[in-house]
Amino acid sequence: MDYAVVVALQIVSGVATLVIVSLGLAVVFGMMRVINLAHGEFLMLGGYTAILASGQGINRWLSILVLPPLVVGLIGAVVERVLIRRLYGRMVDTMLATWGLSLAFIGGVTMLFGNSVTGISAPFGSFGIGRFHVAGYDMFLVLASVVLSLIVWAVLKLTPAGLIARGTMQNAEMAAALGVSPERVYALTFAAGAALSGLAGGLIAPVSGVLPTMGTAYIAKAFITVITGGAAMLTGTLVASGLLGSVLTVFTFLTTPVFGEVALLVMAIVLLRLLPRGITGRFLRRAL
Amino acid sequence: MIAVENLVSGYGRIRVLDGISLTVAPGECVGILGHNGMGKSTLLRTIVGLVPTWRGSVRIDGKPIDKLPPNRRAHAGIGFVPQGRQIFPGLSVRENLHFGALAKRRPPTHAEAEAIEEFPELERLLDRPGGALSGGEQQLLALARALAGTPRLLLLDEPTEGIQPSIVQAMIERIGDLRRKRGIAVLLVEQNLDFLRGLADRLLLIHRGRIVRELDRAAIADPSLEQEFIGAGPNTVAHH
Repeated sequence: MDYAVVVALQIVSGVATLVIVSLGLAVVFGMMRVINLAHGEFLMLGGYTAILASGQGINRWLSILVLPPLVVGLIGAVVERVLIRRLYGRMVDTMLATWGLSLAFIGGVTMLFGNSVTGISAPFGSFGIGRFHVAGYDMFLVLASVVLSLIVWAVLKLTPAGLIARGTMQNAEMAAALGVSPERVYALTFAAGAALSGLAGGLIAPVSGVLPTMGTAYIAKAFITVITGGAAMLTGTLVASGLLGSVLTVFTFLTTPVFGEVALLVMAIVLLRLLPRGITGRFLRRAL
Repeated sequence: MIAVENLVSGYGRIRVLDGISLTVAPGECVGILGHNGMGKSTLLRTIVGLVPTWRGSVRIDGKPIDKLPPNRRAHAGIGFVPQGRQIFPGLSVRENLHFGALAKRRPPTHAEAEAIEEFPELERLLDRPGGALSGGEQQLLALARALAGTPRLLLLDEPTEGIQPSIVQAMIERIGDLRRKRGIAVLLVEQNLDFLRGLADRLLLIHRGRIVRELDRAAIADPSLEQEFIGAGPNTVAHH
């Protein structure tokens, strides 16, 4: 019984982690259709921001929750201005340029901070369920994923800025003719996506530690999740995270983490074979 | 209100407009008639800024706008109802209306109330996705969305395309009302002569990117115009 509860909690936290690392990409790729191969490095930079800030004695919550999205959001704004803006609608060029950017970020961070894992201690310690211990921070991540999803939903659905962003992504030309500057909307949306990725990096830093190449571990999973999710970026990402995160955690439990990732990939391939336009290409089409 | 002078533009290296000049006074409705492929839509899209101006000028109240991006032109007073209507399909009718207002930094709820007053048939559709509306409903929504930004000049590109005759009549009345009430100037591209007769004060005939003739109200009413121009149907697009 206790074992079942622990497994269930692990599944939930596996799903939550997938939601957290995918949300930024859902905005940048799902909404804007920009393939940013440096997305994983945004996450990595968020992680480093958290580690460095808390190393400077800055409050732990400030270091994890506030500084990473601010710093990476700013970096994202600069990247959009100097690189992405010139390449909208040119998919291959964007991939090449952002891949180069990703290598530059990894190289730069390795030079500055070395190629080793650094960590910060996770808040909350752990609590016991029967004979087992569960990390309190894992449960905090679950809460964070729910709150983040709600915030993204509320911004897109309830604020004027969200409405302008959704309309502009659907028809940028018409948006411009009505009086909206698409360049500004794209820049702000990209920066918001980058900020979400930075926040993800800050949130997972206490669990995974940070390493210059940590982005690569997450970017593939994030892309698979968003693509499997399909057109409705938020609902799709949540549903796909639920399915893929469960498969990942269950197989990791039964076998090893390697087979967990294999199972996730197989599951994604099967889903996309059956639903080529993603889960929300068939179900929940009207959702956000 | 608007003065277009010697406007030249096109797509890529293909010249479509070959020196167009026209003016629309405040409150006036000017119709543009011509066969398919003669540059009617390109003219509107160039004025809006979606097609770059090669030469010539577009001025609003004397101020040149031909170098501005489309969004700044919208803020200068241009409202655009494009061909195919271009409703945001994933946004609800209400959100489409709010978008039109917010894009011009107007309070959206106020604009929504106005739109419902002017287009009561939109009220029961407010929560429907824009993509689920019929052609006629989308046309009304596109018009209401443009008006939500309180333009002073409305550019309409074939508003009657694919719409039942009953709605065409209703639209003539509605646009006529708007002109009287809000004093909006209208530049109207249309193939439907009845629609033009119902609205236009003057008619400009466009041929191969140039304005070849101007007709006043009396000339518009002349039935012989029919023969000359309703050849614009699918059988006579040989000029392409």
